[in-house]
Amino acid sequence: MTTVHDGEPGAVTTTAPRPRRAHPLLVFLAKRLAITAGLLLGVTVVTFGLVNVVPGDPVTANLSDQALNDPATVAAFREKWGLDQPLWQQYLHYLGNLVRGDLGISQQTGRAVLDDLVRYVPATMELAIPTMVLALLIGTGIGMLAAVRNGRLTDQFVRVGALLGLSTPPFWLSLVVLYVFFYQLGLAPSGGRLSTGFSPPPTVTGMYTVDAALAGQWDVAWDAAQHLTLPVLVLTSLTVALLVRFVRSAMLEVLQQDYIRAAYAKGLPARVVLRRHLLRAGLVPVVTVSGLAFASLLSGTVLVESIFGWPGVGQYAYRSATALDLPAILGVSLFVALVYTLVNLTVDLLYGLIDPRIRLS
Amino acid sequence: MAPLLDVDSLAVTLPGPRGPLPILHDVSLSVDEGELVGIAGESGCGKSLTAQTLLGLLPAGATVTGTARFAGTDLLGLDNRGWQRIRGAGIAMVFQDPSAALHPMLTVGRQLTEHMRVHLRMDRRSATRRAVELLDQVRIPDPERALRAYPHQFSGGMRQRAAIAIALAARPRLLIADEPTTALDVTVQAGILALLDRLRAETGLAVAFITHDLGVLSALTTRGYVFYAGRVVETGPTGALLTAPTHPYTAALLGARPHGTQAVGTLRPIPGAPPAPGEAPPGCPFQPRCRHAEPTCGTAPPPLAPVAADRSVACVVRPHLEVTVR
Repeated sequence: MTTVHDGEPGAVTTTAPRPRRAHPLLVFLAKRLAITAGLLLGVTVVTFGLVNVVPGDPVTANLSDQALNDPATVAAFREKWGLDQPLWQQYLHYLGNLVRGDLGISQQTGRAVLDDLVRYVPATMELAIPTMVLALLIGTGIGMLAAVRNGRLTDQFVRVGALLGLSTPPFWLSLVVLYVFFYQLGLAPSGGRLSTGFSPPPTVTGMYTVDAALAGQWDVAWDAAQHLTLPVLVLTSLTVALLVRFVRSAMLEVLQQDYIRAAYAKGLPARVVLRRHLLRAGLVPVVTVSGLAFASLLSGTVLVESIFGWPGVGQYAYRSATALDLPAILGVSLFVALVYTLVNLTVDLLYGLIDPRIRLS
Repeated sequence: MAPLLDVDSLAVTLPGPRGPLPILHDVSLSVDEGELVGIAGESGCGKSLTAQTLLGLLPAGATVTGTARFAGTDLLGLDNRGWQRIRGAGIAMVFQDPSAALHPMLTVGRQLTEHMRVHLRMDRRSATRRAVELLDQVRIPDPERALRAYPHQFSGGMRQRAAIAIALAARPRLLIADEPTTALDVTVQAGILALLDRLRAETGLAVAFITHDLGVLSALTTRGYVFYAGRVVETGPTGALLTAPTHPYTAALLGARPHGTQAVGTLRPIPGAPPAPGEAPPGCPFQPRCRHAEPTCGTAPPPLAPVAADRSVACVVRPHLEVTVR
């Protein structure tokens, strides 16, 4: 904006030259991005170090006994994977490739680690996303109910249930669920992502239900959804058990606040007080725990994935670790670190949405 | 004419870890339309609990006996829906600490209009229009902007003004102000008090003003009740209460007030502390701390008995009390 002063022909003053400042949200995001980059670098260093400290040799883990007796084969294996070079050279080589987006080749699968991740991550996401949505809805509902009925029978019931859920081993629950719903009732398939006779839908997201729906293959989508039910059921009940305790204690604390009494004193119906006043205020700690739970689900759940034959990140990580498959281990570690930082970033942004006091100024 | 609020022989017992705890005993009080009545006493004497009882906000497990009538309605017989109709639209409340009583994550406008829309069946636009008027009435500058603000963006005094506007939004006939100025600076206090008095004069609002500061009573109220250990120990016109108290506790409270420049020399603290609920002596609750106590005081709690027109006192000794008029 410019203004021309009377009596001073030509003297044009501009509004006080403001220093150009980036939007605070952009500054925040840029900082977080820098921190993430540093974190990922740290992850590569630690993982690299750890894998090489572990007693065990990728050579013995990958080659057969017969091949191990042949020095030429062993040397060829070492040379092929760069294991004959000093550690720091191996590391620099890896970093150089990483910058170019090359995560290396998995010794186990023989495929690029990135391709492996693209294959396994969506399978895990297909479990994690519905699990988290269901667990949030159910966990928040039950937790709020327990808080409002604090000390009464409903509350006792919920608390015992949550404790039982938390102390139930996931593999045991998986087996029970399989026994009941697959073996006894025959309501759900035993495992895998699709029944034999179905072929995967054309890949868009890698999640079969979504991709099949996008392609209009409703029979495939329905079959994939059926395969989802049991693992999602197991993961949801475990996550709900975790969330309920946090939701309950967070809501109990809010219920003590004057502003809840003030809301009742205004003559608002209880459902409005609970939904608008209580839920909003109790959500902040719940978002924190949910974020951690979601990140942990996205990082793969080894036991549940194994029992249901689900080809997810957990299984991939497990097999890579037992084979000392360094590129794959590094790839999974980087993925997990990235998931945690992204989820934490989302949680921080959600804080601001929920509570104006922590909004970026 | 029947008083707007008429409380008779109210007693409240709360559940405690070791059995029920009697908190209020035989409390009787009344507030007329357009009247500003003071309720004074130390912390924990049952003032706030009386307010909670009158709004049906007692914790679960509380037992209430006696009667409380508000504008012809028997409050103690109300169900949930009945309470919802009374709260906000009949009796409204302003809390002690506005920072705690305003929801930190909802805009002032939301908190100002949500119960208007329930009680007065207003649509969003007319509720917003009324909200602007209310904020203007409590002297909050730039009301349109204030509607979109969150409580943390206000100062303490502004927050309490907003809380008063919220309390008045659904046109209540009685406002219970529970120490509304205690959490505020002295200079801000005066403004809030003047505001309450102006609202009373302009709208015919009745106000029950709860305070531990007798000085606030004198400036504002016509009649006062002095509470001690869950009982009304003295009541009467505020002027008479403050200049010629007839209960030793009232006199002791007045003596404990700082005044003028010689505060340090003239302050007379009351020895001891009020009895905790459930631990009151069998007789007069003030007896252990009373300078005028006699053996008869220990037998039974003295009833509140009239001593003059409009004045009652719960003391069997009725000593001659020296009070320096300030």
